[in-house]
Order: sequence, then C-alpha cells, then structure tokens
Amino acid sequence: MALLEVDRLRVEFPTRNGTLTAVDDVSFTVEEGEVLGLVGESGAGKSMTGAAIIGLIEPPGHIAGGEIRLDGGRIDALRGEALRKVRGKQIGAIFQDPLTSLNPLFTVGDQLVETIRTHLPLSVAEARRRAVDWLAEVGIPAPDKRIDQYPHQFSGGMRQRVVIALALCAEPRLIIADEPTTALDVSVQAQIIALLKKLCRERNAAVILVTHDMGVIAETADRVAVMYAGRLAEIGPVKQVLEKPNHPYTAGLMGSIPRIGPRPERLIQIAGSMPRLSDIPAGCAFNPRCTRVFADCHVHRPRLAASGDGAVACLHYEGARP
Amino acid sequence: MTRTMSLAARRPAGTAPLLEVSDLRKHFALPRPFLNRVLQAEQHQLVRAVDGIDFTIERGKTLSLVGESGCGKSTVAKLVMGLIGTTSGRIVFDGVDLSHAPAGAPAKLRRRMQMIFQDPYASLNPRWRVRDIIAEPLQTYRLCASRAEETREVDRLLEFVGLNAKDGDKFPHEFSGGQRQRISIARAISTKPDFLVCDEPTSALDVSVQAQILNLMREMQRELGLTYLFISHDLAVVNFMADWIGVMYLGRLVELAPAETVFASPQHPYTRLLLDTIPDLTMARRGREPVAGEVPNPIDPPPGCHFHPRCPFAESRCRSEPPQLRETVLGASTACHAVEEGRLPPAVASGFAGGAIPTDGAHLLGKIAPPDQQLVG
Repeated sequence: MALLEVDRLRVEFPTRNGTLTAVDDVSFTVEEGEVLGLVGESGAGKSMTGAAIIGLIEPPGHIAGGEIRLDGGRIDALRGEALRKVRGKQIGAIFQDPLTSLNPLFTVGDQLVETIRTHLPLSVAEARRRAVDWLAEVGIPAPDKRIDQYPHQFSGGMRQRVVIALALCAEPRLIIADEPTTALDVSVQAQIIALLKKLCRERNAAVILVTHDMGVIAETADRVAVMYAGRLAEIGPVKQVLEKPNHPYTAGLMGSIPRIGPRPERLIQIAGSMPRLSDIPAGCAFNPRCTRVFADCHVHRPRLAASGDGAVACLHYEGARP
Repeated sequence: MTRTMSLAARRPAGTAPLLEVSDLRKHFALPRPFLNRVLQAEQHQLVRAVDGIDFTIERGKTLSLVGESGCGKSTVAKLVMGLIGTTSGRIVFDGVDLSHAPAGAPAKLRRRMQMIFQDPYASLNPRWRVRDIIAEPLQTYRLCASRAEETREVDRLLEFVGLNAKDGDKFPHEFSGGQRQRISIARAISTKPDFLVCDEPTSALDVSVQAQILNLMREMQRELGLTYLFISHDLAVVNFMADWIGVMYLGRLVELAPAETVFASPQHPYTRLLLDTIPDLTMARRGREPVAGEVPNPIDPPPGCHFHPRCPFAESRCRSEPPQLRETVLGASTACHAVEEGRLPPAVASGFAGGAIPTDGAHLLGKIAPPDQQLVG
C-alpha cells in the first residue's frame, strides 16, 4: 500500500461569482521514501494540493470531494486534536519563505524544543539536546551557540536549514516542501535541495516537492506530476516526463526553458497563459494553447490514461476519452 | 582609467560604444540611530553597493550583468538610468557624460534610454488605463502632434508587443503577468529608444510566459536595433540573451567576457560556481555535491578579494589585496589573483562541449574543502 493516496481530490472556493475549483479531480500516490515532484505554473493548483494534504486550506476554501489517505486511513476530514496528531508528527511542511515560517520573537531553540516536545515524549533538557543535534545535522556551524539566537540573526540559507530541522524533528514520514528554494540565491538553492534530499533519504521520509522549477525537479524527484489549471496533465517517472513528455503542455513547458549550450534563435513558446479559475475552457483545459488541438478537445475532458510508466490526460492517447 | 582604455582599444574602429561606464561607484550610508551616535559614538556604516566597475556596451548588443542578491546589479541599472545619483565615476551615453546629470536630463538623450522593471504588478499604475500608461512618455517628450496620432501610435505599440489595440481601454489588473510585462515593454519602446535597461524582466513570470517575453525582446533587438543592459540572476536566460556577460560579486565585476567565453571557459572561481549551480535538465549530474557557502553581508564584506572565504584557491594575497580586472583569454577580463598567477586549473566547458558532461561539481572548482569548514554564519 502506498504511504499517501490522493484520490479524486477536489478543492473549491465559493465566491460571489460562483464556485472556483482550484483542484479538480486530482489523484496520485506517494510511496514510502519517494520524492514526488508536483510542478506547474502559478495558478496550477500545486500548492493548494499540498495544503489540502496537511489540512491547511484557508476557509472559505474546502475539500469538496475525494479522499486523502495516509497508510490507508482517511486524513481529509480530520479536525482539532486528531489533525494535530497527523500534522507535524506524520506530515511535516516546509514553505517558500523561511523568514515567515519562523516566529521572529522566539529563538530557534525555543521553536525546535516546542515542536519536538509537542510530538515526542521528551523532557525539556532532552529536547534541547536533540535540537542541537538537529541544527548540526542540517549543517549549521556552532549549533550549541546558534540555538539561542533569533531567526533574524541567520542568513536566508541558514534560516531555511532551521525550517528543515523543524519539519523533520518530529520524524514525520512525509514532508510537503512548497517551493523550498524559490526565495533563495542560486548558489544556496542547490545546497538546500541536496540537504533535504539527503535527510529524507536517511530517514526514509517521502517528499512531495511543490515547485515551478523543472531544474529542481530534474535534480531531485523520482516521479513528477504536472498540473495545469487545477488538473493533472501528466504523471510519471522523472526521466520519462522530462525527456519524453507525453502531454503537449509538458512538451511545451520543457521547450520553453532556456538552457545552457548553443543559443537557439528562438525559444519554443506556448501561446497565451494559464486560464483564470473562473474561466476554464470546456473539454481539455489546455485546448486554447495546444498545438495539437482537434475538435474533440473542446468537448471531452480527458481522463488520465496509462502511457509508458506513467499516465497522461490528453485525448491523443488511447483510454483518455471519458 | 587604464582598464577602460584597454576595453575601448579592443573595439572595431569607427564604432564608438553606445554606453561606457568607468570606475562607477555608489555608496549608501546606513544611518545609526541618534542615541547610538551620541552615546556610543557609532559611525555611519557604508555599503559599497557598486564599488568601481567598468564596462562598455556596443551598439545593438546585449551586456548581461549576473550575480546573486546584494551584488549591486540592480544598483548599476538605476545608476545608468539616472534614477539614483552616482558617488563617483563616469556614465557616458553616446559620447555624453551623464554621471552628474539629474534624472530625465538632458531630455534629448534620456528619451533614448528606457527601462523595463522586474515586477509588472508594481511597475504599472493600477488606476491608469493601459492607453494612458503607454501614452505618457509620448506626451512627456511631445512625440505626437495630435491626439489622433497618439491613439494610432499606442494602438501600433500594443499590436507590436502582441496585444490587441482594444486592450488600451482596460486597466492593468485585467491582464496576466506576461501581458503586463508586454505593456511595460510597449511603454518603454514608445519613445523609440536605442537603449533598454532590463532589470530581471522575466523573473516574476512563469517559464512558458518567460519564453514569450524573451523571444519578443530578441525580435525587438533585431527589428529595432536596440542595445540592452540585461540584468538577471539566471545564467540560462542570460545565455539566450547576452553577447557579453559581466559577473558581479558584492559590488565588483569579477569577470567580463563575451558570452561564449564565459560558458566555454569560465575563469573566475565565482563564475565557475554560478555555472555549477545551474540545475541540469538532462539529469546527468544528479547527486553532485553542491558548493557550500553564501554571499556575505554587503555591509561588511571580506577584505581583499570579496570572494576569498568561499574560494578554494584563496591564498594570503587574496585575503589582503583586492584583485583588478585584467585581460585573460579570448577578450575576457577576470579579477582574480589565482587566474593571474596561473594557479587555477583550466575549467571544463559546460554545455558547449556537447560530449562528456561532468558528473560532479569538483571538476569546476578543483578540490573543494568539506562543506562544514566553509559555512559562514
């Protein structure tokens, strides 16, 4: 059984002008110890999917359909104490901006000790010892001194290391990392990604890596799910999705990334931009921008159809027709 | 000055560069609170955001400044545009020294220099219609004789950047990020400039939209003969745009070279580090060990060569004496004692070689100290 199963997840936001569907019929699984990349451009619903898994969707948004199961048990409808036992303990989270994920009024030691003691039966002294170990583990020099410092005394990269320690210190089995390197400088990005990968591998923790950056995916993920307009466009092993993309959107996305090497005259570009949630076209959501569009694309919404080692939601593939 | 001369001497005869910047400096004072000054005699601190840089840009070419946050690349953009005053140094645009000219003056020259900003959500006035946003520079420089001509010109500009003439009556919030950046571009080229300063014009955009904007900018360069100062932190984007690349680190240029040279044989260790951090979409380098360390605080940069605490080739000279930008190979200049003394191993070409793709970062930086020893607090 997979560690995490997301089954036909649907997240809705009621607004004055009707209901917006931010995540629409998304299904995937995460195996133990696996790194699943969740990629897409802004508005694709990737962060919302991550937030739904740890129960962090802000009202009036809500899970309107589908199930999320951790170890076979449903976690999508948990409330209060039951939710707290899962969030932090079973599933850890790392967000984009380390400065806003840390409380500026408490030392990093206070924050680590609080998190450790919330989830593990340890005394303050034991928790503090463990907090120092964690800071050393995430590569912070002189951890026994730095533990009593405040977040503003750390550099951006060091702060994100503290956030990683916070996410991992309760020994969760799944980490949701939402754009963990986007706010960092390029030379620090690679360090943080390598650290996250190493620590999760050592502890056999699975990771859902939410990002817009295909480069980060290429260096980290085992499998990739590509999202577009709240829906899954394609899912499969990283090599297949990046090198032989099945969905026209993935193909266009890969082509539009500037690369190092001989300079092309033009980059491949996808015309237009992602539709607003209030304005998603009928049929396949990608049809106005697709180079391979045909009549059916305006009528039928494709289902995920098996293709290679993965699945693709495109009417050009057999089995995608509803 | 000698450095500028050597750069100038290299250009083909008869075509003066459009922009020449020499020994440009911008220092910002960080005021201390009054009581700290009075009671503790604390001095104002100086941030040397731009600390003596020289470059030239030939007509119709693109110079890219790359570097991480705090390296001063955006400050250079603002200095060149006259948005902030210089501390010292010269900015010569088409033969005229602008370093002490106030923003907007002389109008005849400033019309020919325009800027595109990073965030199209912040750079367009939300209360103005797009038509008025684009027409403002036309009115400022009185480029249209009549209202009708102005309308025609705005329509033409909107269509030129790939929007619809009818979009002029909308407000910025009705557009997506990419469309807003097209509006910024239409406004920037409305005065028929020769020179555009682009400060991270695509870093707020999604990749599929970034490709559209970069393609548009290359087309504009071809069709309108524009010269760009293109600022970016993304070397892959720079590879697509630049003819020349200037790599900045904490206010100084550490390498200035033709783009092909930077990618084929990067000299400065920092340039090599930056090239090494580019994620590899071919997945050939998964599992490589990333280079440790972060950019130090610009308020208190390390003495000597600013890069020495992170540099595997640093020696005592690097810790005390700031290196000068000197010519090395193929028209490239590098500010590095190790390069000058020939103690740097030759870099393996990244990407251009086509064949063997290295499997780890060590080839670029030689032997690297264990990460823990390099971490700066």
